Amino acid sequence: MEYYFGILQNIGFHTLLGLSAYLLLLTGQLSMAQVGFFAIGAYASGILTVIYGINIFLALGVGALIASFFAFLVGFPALRIKGLMLVIATIAFSEIVRLYFFNLRWLVEKNGVEVGPDGAQGFREIRYFAANGWEPYHIVSFIWIVVILVLFALWWLDRVKAGSVLRAVGEDELAAQSSGINLTVVKVSAMTGGGFIAGIAGGLYAHSTTYVDHNSFTILLATFAVAYPILGGLKNVFGTLFAVIFIQGILIEGLRFLGDYRNLLFGLLIILVMNFYPKGLINIPLFNWSKLVKRRDI
Amino acid sequence: MLQIKNIGKNFGGVKAVDDLSFNVEKGEIVGLIGPNGSGKSTTINLICGVFPVDLGSISVDNQNISRLPTHERVASGISRTFQNIRLFKDLSVWQNVWVALQQDSIQSAGWMQEWFGNSKFQKEKIKEILVFSGLGSRFNDLAGNLSFGEQRRLELARAIASKPKLILLDEPAAGMNSDEVADLRQRILDLKKLGLTVLLVEHVMELVMNVVDRIVVLNFGKKIAEGSPENIQNNEDVQKAYLGGA
Repeated sequence: MEYYFGILQNIGFHTLLGLSAYLLLLTGQLSMAQVGFFAIGAYASGILTVIYGINIFLALGVGALIASFFAFLVGFPALRIKGLMLVIATIAFSEIVRLYFFNLRWLVEKNGVEVGPDGAQGFREIRYFAANGWEPYHIVSFIWIVVILVLFALWWLDRVKAGSVLRAVGEDELAAQSSGINLTVVKVSAMTGGGFIAGIAGGLYAHSTTYVDHNSFTILLATFAVAYPILGGLKNVFGTLFAVIFIQGILIEGLRFLGDYRNLLFGLLIILVMNFYPKGLINIPLFNWSKLVKRRDI
Repeated sequence: MLQIKNIGKNFGGVKAVDDLSFNVEKGEIVGLIGPNGSGKSTTINLICGVFPVDLGSISVDNQNISRLPTHERVASGISRTFQNIRLFKDLSVWQNVWVALQQDSIQSAGWMQEWFGNSKFQKEKIKEILVFSGLGSRFNDLAGNLSFGEQRRLELARAIASKPKLILLDEPAAGMNSDEVADLRQRILDLKKLGLTVLLVEHVMELVMNVVDRIVVLNFGKKIAEGSPENIQNNEDVQKAYLGGA
């Protein structure tokens, strides 16, 4: 059972991370900074519960706010660059964050033990859940409630004008400006929102694994974050969820019985799917989601 | 209402627009013509703020807009269409208009309502604009699935949605057959009836000569003539510029 809970948790974090990249991709920003925001959320909320003994809900919220504040700051220079340049710049940001935490030592004695981030040794004993008697199924449910809330929020965003405006900016910036849209507001808001979602995901991740170090936040994770919405399709939020289930659930966990061949098949299947469904997994007719995801008519 | 005073724009030493001045009065339809590369599109882009002017000033109703970013110029009453159609192709027709729709200040209930609220009263306005633009039966289609002529009309609808005083049309007849040009001519005259001012950049003389009140002719970024369509047709400098004579 623990094993399946573990997979469910993992799909939960990755979905949140994918959704944070999805929000930015709607505005045409391919951001590799999501893992940086994820790391900030993880460390910030971990420090809050472990060192300051703050309640988990408050800690996750404050951690996400700190991550979104950094996203807000990243949003401004990101306005001036696009495409590959933005990819490089946001990779640089994520690496700065990772190296900062690699060097961060902030140890505090609690009940005779030293706790807190310990540089290369990582940040151990983030034990809020265990210390407060949460069962594994409590944790899984909590993560999935957050995932569903974020999924719903982004789905709803597409039903109001803000969602159309995000997509308009993503399709054609000049046409959007010429329709009276303030690009700065829209793109920086999307970056801030994406940072908030990644920050929550990071906090949940740190508390459910109880241990994070700089290796948890490499560029590989940032690559996965942008791969989910691209593989799933940007038509709506459920594409990202499908892509995470496909990669984390089916390819990584489901093919474990293949042993080493799994790694070969893994990449091949992604390439095949992208070739057959270039607009995303959401378009696979197997699950006819058209009712649920139908565009809004007037 | 639009005053252009001595504007200039260089691109790496090439004077794309050179000391250009002209005015457009309220309710007028003005044509801006000239051979390829004469600076017409650059002029439109300068008026919209796609790039800033190097010299001179652009004013709307005596308010200098030369330093404003594009979206603020839209708010001050300028909107445009593009030479190569630039719709939001993956959005539906009505969403294309929705994105550009500016609220009547009386109806507006603040930005929360506008961006995140329900859009009942906006829907009526959107439908009205689309019906006016001849897209009454295509509200819910994807913009990318429209025919060429319909896409041009949707661009016009989107331009109207931002409540402009002045509309800049950048070669709206490009690629159209003569029936479509006739329809476009009627639509431009309808804009005038609504009290809008139009600046029309166009190569299709069949349209320009039959719709505008006045013409400004550019060549090598400079104004070489200005006057009524009849005067322009008989102007020697203009004939030389178009025929390439010495």
